[in-house]
Amino acid sequence: MAETKLKTNVLNPFENIIERLFELFDNKKLRYPVLILTMVFLIYLPLTSSRFTQEIMTNMFFYVVVCLGLNIIVGFAGLLHLGYAAFFAVGAYVTGIMSATYGINFWVTLPFSIVAAIIAGLAIGAPTLRLRGDYLAIVTLGFGEIIRFTVRNIGITGGAVGLIGIERPVLFGVVLNQIMHFYYMFFILAIMAIFVSYRLHDSRLGRAWQYIREDEDAAAAMGINVVSTRLYAFIIGSAFGALAGSFFAAKMTAISPDSFMFVHSVMILLAVVLGGMGKIPGVVLGAIIVTLFPELSRDIGQYRLIIFAAVLLVLMLYRPQGIWPERQYISTKK
Amino acid sequence: MALLEIRDLTLRFGGLCAVNNLSLAIEENSIRSLIGPNGAGKTCVFNCLTGFYKPSDGDMIFQGESLLNKKPHLITYKGMARTFQNLRLFKQLSVIENVMSGMHCRTSAGFTAAVLRTKVQQAEERRIRDYAEECLDFVGILDKKNYMAKNLPYGDQRRVEWARALATQPKLLLLDEPAAGLNREEKSRLIELIARIRDERKITIFLIEHDMGLVMKISEKIFVIDYGTKIAEGTTTEVRDNPRVIEAYLGKEEEDAV
Repeated sequence: MAETKLKTNVLNPFENIIERLFELFDNKKLRYPVLILTMVFLIYLPLTSSRFTQEIMTNMFFYVVVCLGLNIIVGFAGLLHLGYAAFFAVGAYVTGIMSATYGINFWVTLPFSIVAAIIAGLAIGAPTLRLRGDYLAIVTLGFGEIIRFTVRNIGITGGAVGLIGIERPVLFGVVLNQIMHFYYMFFILAIMAIFVSYRLHDSRLGRAWQYIREDEDAAAAMGINVVSTRLYAFIIGSAFGALAGSFFAAKMTAISPDSFMFVHSVMILLAVVLGGMGKIPGVVLGAIIVTLFPELSRDIGQYRLIIFAAVLLVLMLYRPQGIWPERQYISTKK
Repeated sequence: MALLEIRDLTLRFGGLCAVNNLSLAIEENSIRSLIGPNGAGKTCVFNCLTGFYKPSDGDMIFQGESLLNKKPHLITYKGMARTFQNLRLFKQLSVIENVMSGMHCRTSAGFTAAVLRTKVQQAEERRIRDYAEECLDFVGILDKKNYMAKNLPYGDQRRVEWARALATQPKLLLLDEPAAGLNREEKSRLIELIARIRDERKITIFLIEHDMGLVMKISEKIFVIDYGTKIAEGTTTEVRDNPRVIEAYLGKEEEDAV
């Protein structure tokens, strides 16, 4: 049987149009053709487009990965995280230091980057995830700044100048030094991130995060270890970020503390909230909007950020749950 | 040996003594009720048992093991499930997902199993779903498994909560005012259900209830508390005729007399 619509906001025609559109995507029959067409388009795109377009698209895929990583923490587990940039800084710097300073192969640095993120996640998460409410937001906010000031002030990270000369990764004998290479690499990463997100969402662990997000006490009464389950989300999300950070370092070949400002954490969080916390296509959409809008509206010139802000305000006023939120429909099949 | 034994349980909030030196024992395969006037401390007893409150004094022995300093999730894992006085469903999730939460502590798949979707993980997922459906069937709302929990009528939401508690595969089930807000027909079905849970599933029942008709009908033994202290204990008739119980509920006779 078809999926039934739960609530309709008749007062808001704008909302109705959007919901119709998403209904099309939520329809299982249409989903796969649309997905395949999109994939074909995205694979074909760099062959015909300018370097500028490829650069923007690569950046967009990067955002998709980090937004999905943050979505595990904020969307799935319902933990407010304000210092996510620090975790991709951890990944980027681990790869950067190992590669630029010690000349270690890029691929070898990846597991170290993940381990570093897990350690950082444990250090931040273990003491704070026991507490209720917004302590985590404050601690992650602080952690983000601590990481940035630390890398600015110690020698091994190159101080304020940062690290230069990070080696290009080599894959099947090809040195990845063209923007097109990175386009495909981040494209694959984004697809992997989407895949892992879906698998996690529809698993015992993913459900446990949703239970805790919905009602912490009830989840505990159902035998779910609230602290360790949250910590799990926090660590997995951090590892996503660090991995993306490592690839970011390889693409840029140079990183500095300015690549990991608080504003980056905010932009990632913004993409997650804007798109619809917890809903994977929603978060992807959020990442696309946050990266593409400023680029597409370059013609407007210096006012584009103001317009962007206005658009965000309107969206949040009319759709506080995000553009494409989780759980609008219930299925009555079977 | 009793399944659950509460020894001199005391719970203080600052100067207020919510539970005072309470001792009681619950035998395996029995149905026991805890009654008392409003604010007598009944729910506090449940919250101590399930690890949500930390008792100030005393001990609670469940299956030969102390429950002191145990976290709620661990107590559920040990075999004690509860329902809440005010419904605490996962409102935005479907009915079946709500009940599947109970199976969490009986299963183990983690990150790698979920991402790789291993054979073991798939089998476990099937087992979770099947058992959740069985529990829903047991309480009689299997046909509503795909509804969002918050969209069900109140009586059905109660049943989801019972199914969810059953899904944790408990030895002892604590029901906090299960009949609150139910109509007469739903109440009589609840009485039937409680008996079936005990008889078919061999689960011991300990319940708090205000509906005296229901309590008198199903309990084999009743504990009465007032101001956190046990004032009576016994069979339904013993408790009904106990002057201290009547006093707690209706007040002293002399005061009204001229």
